[in-house]
Amino acid sequence: MTLSKDEILYDHHNDGIDRRGFLRCMAWAGAGALCVLEGGVLNSYALGHGGNTTKVHKGELAFVQISDSHMGFDKPANTDVIGTFKAAIDKINALPIAPEFILHTGDISHLAKPGEFDNVEQILKSAKTSEIFYVPGEHDFVGDEGKQYLERFGKGSKGSGWYSFDKKGVHFIGLVNVANLKAGGLGSLGADQLKWLEDDVKHLKTSTPVVVFAHIPLWTVYPDWGWGTEDSAQALGYLKRFGSVTVLNGHIHQTMQKVEGNVTFHTACSTAFPQPKPGEAQSPGPVKVPADQLRSVLGVTDVHYKKGQHALAITDSTLA
Amino acid sequence: MKSHSHYMRITALSLFTLALFISQPVSAADATAAAVAIKIDNFSFNPPTITIPPGTQVTWANQDDIPHTVVSDDKTTFKSRALDTAEKFSFTFTKPGIYEYFCSIHPHMTAKVIVQ
Repeated sequence: MTLSKDEILYDHHNDGIDRRGFLRCMAWAGAGALCVLEGGVLNSYALGHGGNTTKVHKGELAFVQISDSHMGFDKPANTDVIGTFKAAIDKINALPIAPEFILHTGDISHLAKPGEFDNVEQILKSAKTSEIFYVPGEHDFVGDEGKQYLERFGKGSKGSGWYSFDKKGVHFIGLVNVANLKAGGLGSLGADQLKWLEDDVKHLKTSTPVVVFAHIPLWTVYPDWGWGTEDSAQALGYLKRFGSVTVLNGHIHQTMQKVEGNVTFHTACSTAFPQPKPGEAQSPGPVKVPADQLRSVLGVTDVHYKKGQHALAITDSTLA
Repeated sequence: MKSHSHYMRITALSLFTLALFISQPVSAADATAAAVAIKIDNFSFNPPTITIPPGTQVTWANQDDIPHTVVSDDKTTFKSRALDTAEKFSFTFTKPGIYEYFCSIHPHMTAKVIVQ
């Protein structure tokens, strides 16, 4: 891990002050970002120009987030999504600490075709990890409202594919905000899922670290492009009492971070193609970059949890 | 000067011929059933609102690098499968009314067809 000289440092002291009014979208990270949150202090660094090497963030639990593999996409922005997805798995397999599991935050496939899902599952067999957890993206629900997705990836899940599990004292919640989307709307969780979420976290101690993962961002990134979830505020309301909440999303094919009170929001890169920054293009369509730069705008996200520090360390790295 | 006006004449003539050529399929279609095309590009339906007489067939063509769908707001009146780049979907509107529709993959994409 290398840090650039022009590192960016944000210091959000955990002093109990309500910081809902203090929303901040952190550094755009074309070359990736290192985001470390420890004891309520968030440090974010731009990566990629060589220089210092940071310590390896050892802890009780390490896992990796991958997202938006869009298997089946073959347009000029990336004519080899199989190749870049394999590169992402190679990157994971080369990590100094093997991840306990991998989270795939959706848009596994481009058009929900059986062969696309097959390819992803096949390639993931080479990943050095014991488990893979999924949530669907809207592309995985194309045509059949998720029937095939649920048969393949939704075993044991509820409704349109939501579920939770515990690992080393951390409570993980996989949410689905891509089902039954309505005209003009954003992502949506729906009443049934919200009710389930409320019940799911009821029994937890407030000291339990919570990680929520879903495809579309659970905060409003850019509504003009549908980058947000209409009823996410209600979901986050159920999580307010927890000391550490980490929200991991995909969908926007770029890294972005925000801290709001005890909640850290983070979006991951795609392994397939980049999308423009909000409002910086006519539409959120794929951005074509020179072939030799493509892997610098794709990536994976590495997350570490250390007991006693009620925060998780999040590291994005590119495939370059 | 002479050559310039000659050039202008040719251009005007070419435009006239081109206009004739373009208008031909439309007038031919008028005789049977009208047809209207809607472009899907840059994550939007263009034009976003059209007004057509009953019996008109509307054809949507996706020109984006990303798949889109064409789905009526009630999700039942008409519903395309996912249209990949260059794929098309057609629907013939027989009854008057206002038909609002959207892309079910990118629901911020909305538009409407007015049949009267």
